Amino acid sequence: MNKHISISAPTDNEAILGILNNSESMLKRIYIAYFPMVLQLVVTNNGNEDEAKDVYQEGIIVLYNKVKAGDFELSSKLKTYIYSVCRRLWLKRLNQMSRYGGDIHDIQEYLPVEEDLVSHEEKDIQFDKMEGALSQLGEPCKTIIEDFYIKDRSMQEICEKFGYTNADNAKTQKYKCLQRLKKLFFQQK
Amino acid sequence: MSDIELLSVIERYLNDEMSADERTRFEMLRHDNPAVDARVKEHQDFTDRLKQYGERVEFEGLLNAIHNEIDVQALKDEFVHHPSMIVRIWRNHHSKISLAASIAIFAVLSTLFFTGYLKTQANQSEVIALSSKLARVENSANKLKQQTDKLIKIVGGAGKIDPSKYTPSGTGFAISSDGYIVTAMHVTNDADSLTVQNANGDAYHVKQVYADPNTDIAVLKIVDPSFKTLGALPYGFKKRADVGENVFTIGYPLDDMVYDRGYLSSTAGSNGDTVRYRVAIKASNGNSGSPLLDENGNVIGIINSKQGQAADAPAYAIKSKYLYKALIAMAAESSTKKISLNSKNVLSNMSSDQQVARMQKYIFNVKVSNR
Repeated sequence: MNKHISISAPTDNEAILGILNNSESMLKRIYIAYFPMVLQLVVTNNGNEDEAKDVYQEGIIVLYNKVKAGDFELSSKLKTYIYSVCRRLWLKRLNQMSRYGGDIHDIQEYLPVEEDLVSHEEKDIQFDKMEGALSQLGEPCKTIIEDFYIKDRSMQEICEKFGYTNADNAKTQKYKCLQRLKKLFFQQK
Repeated sequence: MSDIELLSVIERYLNDEMSADERTRFEMLRHDNPAVDARVKEHQDFTDRLKQYGERVEFEGLLNAIHNEIDVQALKDEFVHHPSMIVRIWRNHHSKISLAASIAIFAVLSTLFFTGYLKTQANQSEVIALSSKLARVENSANKLKQQTDKLIKIVGGAGKIDPSKYTPSGTGFAISSDGYIVTAMHVTNDADSLTVQNANGDAYHVKQVYADPNTDIAVLKIVDPSFKTLGALPYGFKKRADVGENVFTIGYPLDDMVYDRGYLSSTAGSNGDTVRYRVAIKASNGNSGSPLLDENGNVIGIINSKQGQAADAPAYAIKSKYLYKALIAMAAESSTKKISLNSKNVLSNMSSDQQVARMQKYIFNVKVSNR
């Protein structure tokens, strides 16, 4: 029955080192090790598997940000931390959907994690704003901006991709796009 | 220097593309001119945000790729199937069950309020629930007799519906061929167990799967093992209805099915109530939960109350719009597939008697038992 959990859970030390080193294989081990716990939490508390996935992925992002900021204290177990964050996130969603019946069936002990979630929420808002601004930006601006500022492509590559013959024109275009993006970004509430 | 030229210079500066000489000059400019300095910071800040955004998108992609390798269903089965069904239901729904209990208390209190309290205020119009209270009282007297009779009679096989245990309480009608029936909540709300029976004599056990005390809509589902399907519904459902339209209803004010017709007299119920239509139609106790249909055979409402006890008093019907809403809420609550209401019907060119003949199988007498 347990064949799908063939990879064992990493120790907390291993996990944190892996996160700091951007190890994809460690991300996978962590993800697989703790997903069942969060799935059970969400499904036994009025949720479905897709909601469990969303909550869990958000929780993993919170964990990564915390570890990378050097804030994660090994005194709390990784498992407890992930559970506490996801629990908090799920309670919040239940409340937003008015599906919260007043109590939650816990399957684990948990810690207070409100502070971490406040800074996460701030980041989340920024992320949504950027996503919104980029989606309103339109093509070819969006791709030019993503290629240059996110994917670190050179202006030369971008010129070829879009068939600009004049590199200066392409540059001017890029700056205009960036100015529009800034405007869209700061316009959003 | 234009804005774009400045940006270009700032970007070359931040990307370390300047010669040492140019760099020194730019740093001096930056030092002397706070506006330029602010632009540098702003540009760096914004491009950092873009980068962070990109990293997060990439990370989410990675998470999704990992997620897709997990067999979620198998994981779910592992902990969902282990506890016994009752434990599971309790775990998943204990908050709802407590809520249901408080709704039941609320319903009892509000019934007392509407029937008792309002009557004492002589001039106020009284809106009363149409459930067959009288019939229930009579029946509880009959019950004693029937129970003594039963001692003598040979008791029927297990699972069979024993009609003597159930009291007619109102009417319900099918909303899907797979056994979902809608009625008024006050018809069922204090029942321990429920059955329905149509004019053909088909009787089934049902359970209440949804109830909304705000609109008085309740949805029942046939749970009888003997039940297969009702077949396609002859009537359709329509959200809109106009004042003056001819309407008819079929219900169980008594033990037998009764047809009656009238017209829609207002799109508002009593005292500005927007949930109900006011209908000039003869309705009595037991008509609660009856479908209200237009001439063409579209369900436009559910009869649930009337103005006073007089025989010619107007009745009120919950607008079908709220039935659509209830089905959406029910699907969300139970995370099951939403029942979609049929908008076509086969009754439009039929005479009244033909309409009734086609419909009678789908209209049920809802009976309750309180042991």
